[in-house]
Amino acid sequence: MAAITTTPGAHHDAEDPNASFLEKKGLMSWLVTLDHKRIGIMYLISVMIAFALGGIFALLVRAELLTQGKTLMDADTYNKMFSLHGVVMVFLFIIPSIPAAMGNIILPIQLGAKDVAFPRLNLLSLYIYWFGACFGLYSMINGGVDTGWTFYTPYSSSDPALGGVGSSTSVIPMTLAAFIMGFSSILTGVNFIATVHKMRAPGLTWRRLTLFTWALYSTSIIQVLATPVLAITLLLLTMERFLGLGIFDPRLGGDPVLFQHFFWFYSHPAVYIMIVPGMGVVSDIIATFSRREPVGYMAIAASSLGLALLGFLVWGHHLFVAGMSEYATMVFSALTFLVAIPSGVKVFNWVATLYKGSISLQSPMLWALSFIFLFTIGGLTGLFLGMLAVDVHLHDTYFVVAHFHYVMVGGTVMGFVGGLHYWWPKFTGKMYDEAPAKAGWFFVFVGFNITFIAQFIMGSRGMPRRYYDYLPEYEIFHQISTVGSWVLGFGFVIILYVLVKSLMSGKPAPRNPWGSAALEFQTPTPPPTFNFVKDPVLTRGQYDYQLATEDELYEGFDDPLFPGIRGGKPAAKPAAAAEGEKE
Amino acid sequence: MFLQPVPSDNFQLPPSMADTAPPIDKAYDFIFWFSVVFFVAVNAAMIYFVMKYKRRKGVRPEPTGHFMKLELFWTITPTIFIFFLFHAGFTGYIRNATAAEGATEIRVRAKKWSWEFEYPSGDRAPAELTLELNRPYKMIISSEDVLHSFYIPEFRMKRDAVPGQYSFIQFTPTVAGDAHVFCAEYCGTSHSGMLATVKILPPEQYKEWEKTLGKCTGTPEECKPEKWGETLFVKNGCPTCHGAGGTGDIAGSKSPGPKLVGLFGHQENTTAGPVTADENYIRESILRPNAKIVAGYQTVQMPPFVFKDDQLDAIIAYIKSLK
Ligand code: HEM
Ligand SMILES: [Cu+2]
Repeated sequence: MAAITTTPGAHHDAEDPNASFLEKKGLMSWLVTLDHKRIGIMYLISVMIAFALGGIFALLVRAELLTQGKTLMDADTYNKMFSLHGVVMVFLFIIPSIPAAMGNIILPIQLGAKDVAFPRLNLLSLYIYWFGACFGLYSMINGGVDTGWTFYTPYSSSDPALGGVGSSTSVIPMTLAAFIMGFSSILTGVNFIATVHKMRAPGLTWRRLTLFTWALYSTSIIQVLATPVLAITLLLLTMERFLGLGIFDPRLGGDPVLFQHFFWFYSHPAVYIMIVPGMGVVSDIIATFSRREPVGYMAIAASSLGLALLGFLVWGHHLFVAGMSEYATMVFSALTFLVAIPSGVKVFNWVATLYKGSISLQSPMLWALSFIFLFTIGGLTGLFLGMLAVDVHLHDTYFVVAHFHYVMVGGTVMGFVGGLHYWWPKFTGKMYDEAPAKAGWFFVFVGFNITFIAQFIMGSRGMPRRYYDYLPEYEIFHQISTVGSWVLGFGFVIILYVLVKSLMSGKPAPRNPWGSAALEFQTPTPPPTFNFVKDPVLTRGQYDYQLATEDELYEGFDDPLFPGIRGGKPAAKPAAAAEGEKE
Repeated sequence: MFLQPVPSDNFQLPPSMADTAPPIDKAYDFIFWFSVVFFVAVNAAMIYFVMKYKRRKGVRPEPTGHFMKLELFWTITPTIFIFFLFHAGFTGYIRNATAAEGATEIRVRAKKWSWEFEYPSGDRAPAELTLELNRPYKMIISSEDVLHSFYIPEFRMKRDAVPGQYSFIQFTPTVAGDAHVFCAEYCGTSHSGMLATVKILPPEQYKEWEKTLGKCTGTPEECKPEKWGETLFVKNGCPTCHGAGGTGDIAGSKSPGPKLVGLFGHQENTTAGPVTADENYIRESILRPNAKIVAGYQTVQMPPFVFKDDQLDAIIAYIKSLK
């Protein structure tokens, strides 16, 4: 089937089509660019700033909990801290992190395309994200919010200034921020779906897509289908707060639990927007660093889709104690367990890929392996919560906090940072120092476990979440957790140092530093504006390590543009044997 | 808090003090050991493979084949386990959702930021839920403002208090001693101060306590109106908004409700114009707090309270004494 090539728009002044996409200088050349890689880099910088901001909020929350009673701030400030931490991490960092930042840079290259299907739409979604972020900042300057990132009604929707009983903070700009950023997420999703369908290079069959591409494709479906529900919900909330329409507030004749159904109808699928791209990154890293096609390629791809679809059916597990009928809780509990199956299948397949591989423990691989380690804990503790009787005890305690951090930090953030190390040489053209990068990983991994294992224990012992103060018997756990958060923060500082240093003085990166068979490593580093110097035609899959000759396993693969040439020299054996075999 | 902690025999869980706890603990232990086995198996395999198949020159990776049987095996086996997990969780839940015959009903009212318990006699008591050992109870839970959640970790029981509707939990306390009540659904400034104690008494002591319900229980000295008023002030959670001793200060910052020290006899600017704070004004402010709101405090709503006359007198006496 023929792939459609991009029509080079007037935006790409093709002076030298082979010059690196980073070549052009000047702020304007960035702000009006339509190049997916430049847009991706601007996203990347934005989400990293958001991550730093959210991280500072988190460290402040933990610092406040170091001792009983007041440590640093009063109760209202504390409540704003944890709310802002949640809002920033979820809406500004984790949802756009892997798809919009890394996906934007890598996805079109992995498809052998010149750009995404709709480059202007792509730039628009970045501007919408920034516009939404401005509302978020405005709300923070204007008093912040203390509703938690979940904005539960009637606390969030009844404004005391209008005689309500709820929060007196600036909730409206913050919900509008999330509302606006939702559009950015939808547009990116639409764009990626069209790109995967229409822009694949000749020879790139569905069976030859990378698992990262499959993951982004599944995520995009969720983004397009679920995000509008959040938009409507937040809009209704704003209308109730602003105009006094009775939708969620019982004093106006509304139903407060309705909000929770609406909210989780988006936000549960959204947790798969958060984790599935991370799983995609990990699948690619594991293949590259063990020199093997992932075991159960189709199973991993299908389970991404399976998670995307099942994710829509389990929102009720956030409402087991909120007042649903026993019958509904039963159905939601059963459906929740089904989610564990595709998650489990992925873990088994990753581990099986290592078996009889040729494994190299460079830093991206360390992040990918810790993803598996931490995600099994996150997933298994999800089973605790899916069990109805047990959830009644654990709901809204620190156990839940630890659970979703094991999935979102142990999963998504490990995938994000792993991907950042994996693709960094490709999109900056610079190598980083391996030894301090590994040290950064070590501190993050150890610090993370100290922080959150303590939270599992205090949670199952009854410590509720979102508490400014606590009883003496929980103090020791809070202290361990706070110390862990310092170790974790220190690890991220090291990583920042490693990456900044690489930008300043890193050695130039080769085309394929890890010897990967994937398409993005077959193009120059950093890639030219149109990604490839010649339109690529795929003659093999992106994981076909079995076709590699002895030294290809060490030095990387044939240049797909010039079959038989590797690193400028003719290869011992051209790796074109797979042509036509798979289609 | 006045807790006599009951020791727990499980490091991960609080002590078990009601009939609702054992089924949940059993399910918890089951899933815990299941997880340990699964976690160790997966990660041990991962670490072993990483060491065994470390990259070596001249050693090729094995090409990936198709493993239909293996894929089916590791899809179907967890499915079977999961059926058991669901079953264990569901049966425990249903067991705990059914009330025993003739359970004693207690009304639980949640408000920002205190708990109030109303006994079948019609007496109300804040901050302390007194129960008789081995007697079945049903809690009828509601909220007067925003969402709260009634949580007793020692009973493994939790249910949201939703404004505009009732929710229920039932249990039979099986161990005498003290247990905690936490608010588990975020509800604003003093969410973490919204605590209460469950006192589980053996039948004889319970009978003694019942006689004192709604009356002052201390020594004559402690039962002077001022002193009793202070006790009621604390137990009803007033300090969560007005600061300890009505000082208008919580941990160094301004409290959400106005300062009460020096209030009596003082002119207050309210939404209904200036008022001199006398007995009637204080009484009204407790029973119908929103009739006259102190200027500058319109954004925080004080919930209405219900007291018997002698209790009100005591509280007014206490506020008068705050100078
Ligand atoms: C095996 C897979 C999983 C299962 C069985 C599972 C199960 C659950 C259940 C039952 C809850 C509700 C707990 C409660 O509120 O009492 C929950 C909460 C949560 N889960 Fe998971 N989960 C799984 C994977 C994930 C993933 C992949 C993510 C995100 C990337 C995630 C993020 C969350 C979050 C954010 C919450 C808490 C939300 C809140 O109340 O603030 N979970 N999970
Ligand atoms: Cu509450």
